Amino acid sequence: MHSLMNGLLWGPDLLSLADLLALWLHFMLLSLLAIGGAITTAPEMHRWVVGERGWLTDGQFTTSVALAQSAPGPNVLFVAVIGWNVAGLAGVAATLSGTLLPSTTLALLASRWGERRQHMLVVRAFRAGMAPLTIGLLLATAWVLAEPLRHQLGTPALMALAVYVMLYTQRSPVWPMAVGALVGALGWMN
Amino acid sequence: MTPPEAPAPAAGAAAAPPPFDGADLRVPASAGELFRAFHALALQGFGGVLPVAQRELVERRRWLTQAQFVETLSLGQVLPGPNIVNMALMIGDRFFGLRGALAALAGLLAAPLLIVLVFAALYGRYAQHPAVSGALRGMGAVAAGLILSTAIKMLPTLGSNAMGRPVSVALMLATALAIGWWRLPLVWIVLGLGALAMAVAAWKLTLRAA
Repeated sequence: MHSLMNGLLWGPDLLSLADLLALWLHFMLLSLLAIGGAITTAPEMHRWVVGERGWLTDGQFTTSVALAQSAPGPNVLFVAVIGWNVAGLAGVAATLSGTLLPSTTLALLASRWGERRQHMLVVRAFRAGMAPLTIGLLLATAWVLAEPLRHQLGTPALMALAVYVMLYTQRSPVWPMAVGALVGALGWMN
Repeated sequence: MTPPEAPAPAAGAAAAPPPFDGADLRVPASAGELFRAFHALALQGFGGVLPVAQRELVERRRWLTQAQFVETLSLGQVLPGPNIVNMALMIGDRFFGLRGALAALAGLLAAPLLIVLVFAALYGRYAQHPAVSGALRGMGAVAAGLILSTAIKMLPTLGSNAMGRPVSVALMLATALAIGWWRLPLVWIVLGLGALAMAVAAWKLTLRAA
């Protein structure tokens, strides 16, 4: 019982406090580099956690990312799964707070700065200028998500279903998601 | 909330969901309502929360216009950190200050964090099952379609863009190709195309004012 609790709190390998601090600081640093989302720093996280520190295997790292994407909620939670696999709940606290603290502070400051200066030319130019890039980035994201599935016949059909539901009905996206999971579980996406 | 730059045109009203022209905007009653709204939308967000956020915040609750949603997302994308986390903070902050920002963030993260940790604890046992990996592929295709629909819904906002529609559409396609096809780093796009777009927008806005 005692060892189970210890496993939950600190993970399988009992990282030292110095190691936990290093984990926290490294994720804080990556937080400020994560333009385009936390996932863009995954290669660097991999290099450090798997390669340099050897806290996770290659396979553990990849499944941590895939797992978070299959669960509901923001994809950034893959850093929590990495923290969990490295050092239990203490690892979750280190990676998640490290990832979130710097970027959230910056986002709040930037948002307030912009709100107070919304009539300045540079703020208005940002709004108008960046809007097309934002939409283009979403198109690219859809492409990047669909690309590994391009050989499955079900892919265009499921994508069309999702677009139809979102554009022409009021249903929650949970419904097409459930259809996608069912179709895949029945083996029609192999 | 900031009013949209120019009153958006009625945007064709092509789809069944309510129009996005900013008429009938509402505000959340309390930080508690913000928490519940982000809690509910996070739990519907498999493979990405953005499409649900657009449906809930713009179309159902009408806390933001489509144009405000694009603006908030633009800032969320340029800043480091997860877009949806940045958006939750900014939206919460605009309504109820720091308290609202923290309520939205907590609503977004609390329940999904618990779920993903339970998944992580159970995963080893079921990972190799073909039905599980098949279901993940099916969900991946739907996630791609959901993101595509989010982009399609934002298209009409380009009609009222200060740069004009042709320039806006060209910039959008250039970004999609550069990131999706050539896989260039986002930083280059923001610094290169983004700077160019801001310069064009500033020039057009100055002309309009003159």
